[in-house]
Amino acid sequence: MMDSPELLFAVEVAVGGLLSGVMYALVAIGFVLIYKTSGVLNFAQGAMVLFAALTFVSLVERQVPFWAAIAVTLVIMAGLGFAIERTVLRPLSNRSPMTLFMATLGLSYVIEGAAQLIWGTQVHRLDLGVSNAPFEVGGIFISTFDLVAAAIAAAMVSVLTLFFRYTRTGLSFRAVADDTFAAIAVGLRLGRIQGTVWTAAGVVALVAGLLWGARLGVQFSLSLVVLKALPVLVLGGFDSIVGAIVAGLVIGATEKLAEVYLGPFVGGGIESWFAYAVALVVLLVRPSGLFGKKLVERY
Amino acid sequence: MSLSADVPVAPPRVNLRALGLLALLAVAVLVVPVIASPYVIEAILLPFLALSLAGLGLNLLTGYGGQVSLGSAAFMAVGAFAAYNFQLRLGVSLPLAIVLAAATAAAIGVVFGLPSLRLRGFYLAVSTLAAQFFVQWALTKFSWFSNDSASGVVAAPRLTVASLDLDAPQGRYLFALTLVVGITFLVHRIVGSRAGVNLIAVRDDETAAKVIGVPVLRTKLVAFAISSAIIGVAGVIWAYAYLRTVEPAGFNLDRSFQVLFIIIIGGLATIRGAFLGAALIVVFPLLLARTSSFAFEGLVDAGVLKLVERVVLGLVIILFLIAEPNGLSAILGRATARLRAVLRRG
Repeated sequence: MMDSPELLFAVEVAVGGLLSGVMYALVAIGFVLIYKTSGVLNFAQGAMVLFAALTFVSLVERQVPFWAAIAVTLVIMAGLGFAIERTVLRPLSNRSPMTLFMATLGLSYVIEGAAQLIWGTQVHRLDLGVSNAPFEVGGIFISTFDLVAAAIAAAMVSVLTLFFRYTRTGLSFRAVADDTFAAIAVGLRLGRIQGTVWTAAGVVALVAGLLWGARLGVQFSLSLVVLKALPVLVLGGFDSIVGAIVAGLVIGATEKLAEVYLGPFVGGGIESWFAYAVALVVLLVRPSGLFGKKLVERY
Repeated sequence: MSLSADVPVAPPRVNLRALGLLALLAVAVLVVPVIASPYVIEAILLPFLALSLAGLGLNLLTGYGGQVSLGSAAFMAVGAFAAYNFQLRLGVSLPLAIVLAAATAAAIGVVFGLPSLRLRGFYLAVSTLAAQFFVQWALTKFSWFSNDSASGVVAAPRLTVASLDLDAPQGRYLFALTLVVGITFLVHRIVGSRAGVNLIAVRDDETAAKVIGVPVLRTKLVAFAISSAIIGVAGVIWAYAYLRTVEPAGFNLDRSFQVLFIIIIGGLATIRGAFLGAALIVVFPLLLARTSSFAFEGLVDAGVLKLVERVVLGLVIILFLIAEPNGLSAILGRATARLRAVLRRG
């Protein structure tokens, strides 16, 4: 049974899908971080991915060493995070979540435009030194790059989980997420915490930007990965890192399988909307996603 | 979303507002076609009218109904392609094609509005993206919709109503204006009607609305239907009168955002907001291009200008949300109130 080539092919497609699902989850985690602590669906996450990758690759092209470029980009992302907190979030505190969402929509236009004004619009090649050569495991071909990406994602999730669970800052993040007013009342500095969260989201954006950029080239379309991450978010629940990972895997695998087995019947190219359809179907049964906090009140 | 709605409460004694609107309408019908150059009509007035109408439709759903939609452009596309195909395949007249296109957009709007019965807030906003991507995919993938044209771009049929030829810029302008004015009046009536009040009640507190007997499910679906129908007609104007081609490419996600930006800038839950916002969105890039070619004499290339436009637009959105969440409509309201006070004193 295991030897039948059709089944082997299906498994290969599914594994490829799972691995690309990890890439989706990578972007989605950036959203989750910000949503958990400030209740904002940050549409600008995709723009931040573009900005981080573009900054990094432009520095490398100007002969800045790899790790120095990473460090500089991190500092810039931190600056961006705190600037956003100061200029956008603070004036809008206590406004409805939808207002904040629309503000991040505007923010994504600003960051996308500014990134390309600063670094130019040409496509940059990004080589991380990871080979894309497939290797064989039990008759299935797996891309090395995908595996490395999955490992990096796994490492990042572990670090984030440990950070949230065991550090003081992580604890204050959770306090703010739980009850903002109580957090302020016990003396937590909301501005600093939110600035830090946006910085963390910037770090995640850099990691996502490097991996996606290595695959697609660093260019404007990188910011469109946000559209791949949104159904993952909806499916996993906006406030769950675990949800983002599981949903990323589910969507990655079903999307690839559907493209191979369903696509030919409808003319192909269904990956632009299929993930949304999967997410919607699941949502009709579980309106807060697979792992999302159940909400009783409405926005 | 806590927004004040401009539900007409009682008619004022001297209806200055109605008089002003009539005067504006008279200028738009009688003066503008005579003095406006074809450039002004084609580059400013036609996109302005189409986008105003789209904004009006979205405002019904988002401003009055509190359901954010990121799929407006999809319904514009549905309207445009439906009108084209009804004319092509059934040979119906243009007015009938527009009615059928509105009905088609409404039907598809209801389908994509179904998740709203279960989903709230961001979950719903993201699910409207499904409409955006699915419709664009279907229209690009199945060449039947564009009559198997190789490029996927088809010329819109000549604009004729009865024996009236409206293909000249003035004719297209009057065609668009008639539709926009008629539908605006309808929306005005809807907003003040029981259905409109129900919609606002559902937006402000769904549970309370249910308790006092508002049919929540029906109200939501009706909002999706009417909103999509109006946006569909906006799509017909966009394709038939403005672009004069029917193609899926122009109805992309950026267009959906543009329509959303129009109502944020103009003012959520107001009728005039859609018009004010659309005016700003249409005129602003032209002004920017003019200013740059005047100040830098063409040293700034078009690509850079597009990016500057993007940055400034984003900043404008953030600025409005922070400083004037009720949009241009509220600014206009304050300005006229001040003017009235000055007139009364003087």
